[in-house]
Amino acid sequence: MYPPKNVESMKKTRSKQQKKKMFCLGIESSADDFSVGIATFNGEILANKSDSYIPLKGGIHPREAARHHSEVADKVLRDALAAAGVKPNDLSVIAFSMGPGLGPSLRTGATVARALASYLGIPLVGVNHSVAHIEIGKLKTGVVDPVTLYVSGGNTMVTAFEAGRYRVFGETLDIALGNCLDVFAREAGLKNKKGLPLGAAVEQLAANGKKLISLPYVVKGMDLSLSGLLTAATAQLNKGNCSLEDLCYSLQENAFSMVTEVTERALAHTEKKEVLLTGGVAANKQLQNMLVIIAEDHDAKFSVVPLEFATDNGAMIAWTGVLAYTHGLVTPLDDSYVKLRWRVDKVDVPWI
Amino acid sequence: MDIAVDQILFKKGAEASLFLAKWQGQEVLVKVRLPKRYRPKELDEQIRSYRTLHEPQLMHEAKAAGVPTPLIYMVNVSDSSITMEYVEGQQIKQLLNKLPQDKRRELGFSIGELISKLHSQGLIHGDLTTSNMILNPEGKIFFVDFGLGEKNGELEAKGVDLHLMKRALQSTHFQFWEECFKAVLSGYASILGAEQAEKVCEKLKEIERRGRYVEERKQ
Repeated sequence: MYPPKNVESMKKTRSKQQKKKMFCLGIESSADDFSVGIATFNGEILANKSDSYIPLKGGIHPREAARHHSEVADKVLRDALAAAGVKPNDLSVIAFSMGPGLGPSLRTGATVARALASYLGIPLVGVNHSVAHIEIGKLKTGVVDPVTLYVSGGNTMVTAFEAGRYRVFGETLDIALGNCLDVFAREAGLKNKKGLPLGAAVEQLAANGKKLISLPYVVKGMDLSLSGLLTAATAQLNKGNCSLEDLCYSLQENAFSMVTEVTERALAHTEKKEVLLTGGVAANKQLQNMLVIIAEDHDAKFSVVPLEFATDNGAMIAWTGVLAYTHGLVTPLDDSYVKLRWRVDKVDVPWI
Repeated sequence: MDIAVDQILFKKGAEASLFLAKWQGQEVLVKVRLPKRYRPKELDEQIRSYRTLHEPQLMHEAKAAGVPTPLIYMVNVSDSSITMEYVEGQQIKQLLNKLPQDKRRELGFSIGELISKLHSQGLIHGDLTTSNMILNPEGKIFFVDFGLGEKNGELEAKGVDLHLMKRALQSTHFQFWEECFKAVLSGYASILGAEQAEKVCEKLKEIERRGRYVEERKQ
């Protein structure tokens, strides 16, 4: 029972809140990128700043990646707040990538998120990294209910929403597509440069390839396997009797045909009318072309997430944080442990 | 030999289109693997002709193993088409969610038995989903779509086959996939024998641990 005068004052605060913009700051740190994004509660992305760890040799060294993240966290945070024109005190929620990913990297982001949330006295929301990729894709491309192909250095999966969750219809049985291309590129002596990721280097070489070299094509039901393909391609490389261009071309054609076939199977199975491509490998034009074709064949609309939001980014965490928070999901500090193997189909998605 | 006439599109799948047609006075199904424009021509022809040739062979051997499959009438590699018996009935996919629990378990058990019959002869289906199983009016379950199958007696192949079955249940029948898969496994063990089935299940676990972001994965 509350006296009538309180009702009046409550109404006032509510309308004040409605006028005041609400902001969510999202932190992504699951692999080699440390990224901070800021989203408003109605889906504007005000900032999306990143700094990537580039290994001197080999793939991501988890400890080195975490060290990189802790070194740049302060700068990336300031950059994002400045770009958004938002002060820390204006923030309403802090979201962070809770998994899946590399432990040391995830923990660095989570630590920053916990510190911010407790210092500012605002709620914390742990976000599933894969769900975030899909949600930012939907926000940025306007698709509503897609079959999503998410291909990156750590993930290769085909998902679609069904009864409260994103279900996995197909996925790799071993390594991820981006990983397959990266490892091959390193075996071929290509170097990781700023502005030209290894995958892009393979794509450039592949564009000049002509001869299709026979390599394994392994589709098992809706799943696929890439490790045998990588081994066979590397073996051909070491034999040295075919050109690197032809090998890159053949590797891409085989691998992309496999993921495209699996995506098409999911599309036919679910009868959805939208195809969404996301993740770092989404930048590849040849892969995009293949997916355009299957979308056409099934009267579906193809959309690709803009690169800035397709690779790992803080904005996707911020936006998914908004969706989660506005649907009553918060993560108490005591339960904010990172989840290294948090599968997308274990996450309830109450906002759809 | 006469070709099938009066073809009407029955179902457009991802991999092939199915046409209902008349052949020698009877109703048949023509499965055509149409060219995939997204793949390089060379690779596409390789894949289509390989699958068109192997599918009927596997279906034939499946029958010998005691697993009902449609009769094959004609195979044409040049246009990647297979003309086969039209099996009347319902896809298990459409049926399963509507059944009462005991019927669901019964069906799962029968499916497990059939998978086991295939595996005991070294036959791998390669795409065990509930869309690829048809229950005919007499209560017989037909397995169709052996395009991704192979002859392979290794534990690994059997494990992957069961893994696919599990995944299909998880994504399409998520409300009760656990009880269904349990029923499948008990049917599976009833034919293959507990010891052999246990070995395949161990392999299945190993395959799952190899996947990305699996909770059970070893550190």
